[in-house]
Amino acid sequence: MPEVGDSSRVGLVFVSHSSKIAEGLVDLAAQMAPTVALVAAGGTDDGRIGTSFDRVTAAIVEADSGAGAVVLCDLGSAILTTETALDFLDDEQRARVVIADAPLVEGGVAAAVAAEAGDALDAVVAAARSANATSGDGGGPDAAGGPGDAGAPASAAQPEAAATTATTGGYSRRETITNHDGLHARPAAEFVKLASTFGQRVTVNGIDARSLLAIMSLGLTKGASVEIASEDPEGVAAVDALADLVQSGFGEH
Amino acid sequence: MGLDITWAVDWVRRSADVIAEHRVELIRLDRDIGDGDHGENLDRGFTAVVPKLDDLAAGSTPGDVLKLVAMTLISTVGGAAGPLYGTAYLKAAAAAGSESSLDGEAVARILAAARDGIVARGKAESGDKTMIDAWTPAVDAAAAAAASGADATAVLAAAADAAEAGAVATEPLVARKGRASYLGERSVGHRDPGAQSTALLLRAAADAASESTGA
Repeated sequence: MPEVGDSSRVGLVFVSHSSKIAEGLVDLAAQMAPTVALVAAGGTDDGRIGTSFDRVTAAIVEADSGAGAVVLCDLGSAILTTETALDFLDDEQRARVVIADAPLVEGGVAAAVAAEAGDALDAVVAAARSANATSGDGGGPDAAGGPGDAGAPASAAQPEAAATTATTGGYSRRETITNHDGLHARPAAEFVKLASTFGQRVTVNGIDARSLLAIMSLGLTKGASVEIASEDPEGVAAVDALADLVQSGFGEH
Repeated sequence: MGLDITWAVDWVRRSADVIAEHRVELIRLDRDIGDGDHGENLDRGFTAVVPKLDDLAAGSTPGDVLKLVAMTLISTVGGAAGPLYGTAYLKAAAAAGSESSLDGEAVARILAAARDGIVARGKAESGDKTMIDAWTPAVDAAAAAAASGADATAVLAAAADAAEAGAVATEPLVARKGRASYLGERSVGHRDPGAQSTALLLRAAADAASESTGA
């Protein structure tokens, strides 16, 4: 089990005008990303509403242990303060710190899960940005998936007759969500983390199994039917593992 | 006659005084269309700079003073004004370099560098109802004065006049940047607090100059 702040993982900094928001978000994200360095930089040095150059700078230095850090910000001056802090980092460190243009909470949680899965800096940033697509109108499954996520409606349209289907170059299993609260944040994160351990692309009702926000936006409640599929001939083990996890009820029966 | 370290230190002291004096007015302007912290934050920042002036090493230049202001504002002002003014003073310090005396052209160049720093940081354009609407007229007036051969004191006076006019001219504008942009049309009729504080600071610079040169 990696230590918190493992140097192979990208760290996250949450910059908010409110220390309570930043600290609350660390608590929330830590549920799904226990080994990622999640650092709050909220409020001013004397605890008022605002942002602090010194706090943001210290948080970035704490979060980046070599693999880089992604910073998520709330309102305008949080971004200004963070950009100013970046100007004062040395060139080497600045090159691996990225401000993600994403909503603080949704983007922060998505980024935390990606970092926990061991994703590299650009992938963690992409995960944060995927939250932009889920928060607007017309955010269909494709839009929700984010970069590199050209949803695969073909697998969703496959025949439902059999619980296990082995079609040309593809494999899928259909399961029913059994845990009481459905695929809410914690089990969804567990699902995404497991999906991330496989190299093959797997979909859940046509959605990328590695996209936390896309999966949460499916709104899968108890009793919902999910089709877990991979068109990759090598994807059988991944589909089975994910289907077994759903079948297990995520330990929430 | 050029402006030296005495002018720079006097400008900072006058800035602290004028911001303290107008603290309530700036808070009121910001409360109308923002979050109400502009006067408070700037007052805290400049109040923090003043005692540090005593620690300046012998032989310090105007650029050193500008840098001291920059670092103090960046680390003590919690709102957008911290990074924006901090960047402005930092770019001004870089433009001032290690010169011990600043002539009219140098002053115009320093003001332009400060304005460019704010634009780079805040991405605001003229007409967005921000401090840029005071800075850009000031920079343009300073450049015109310097080009006509005005000395540093006259250049700063021209900049301060233009900044004040620019601040007043923000009143009919619709805010397109910062917290005030959330208000849209409702921001019309209110003066931008950042433009107003810019006008106050540049007037303090001009006053310090006319004092130091006896103009």
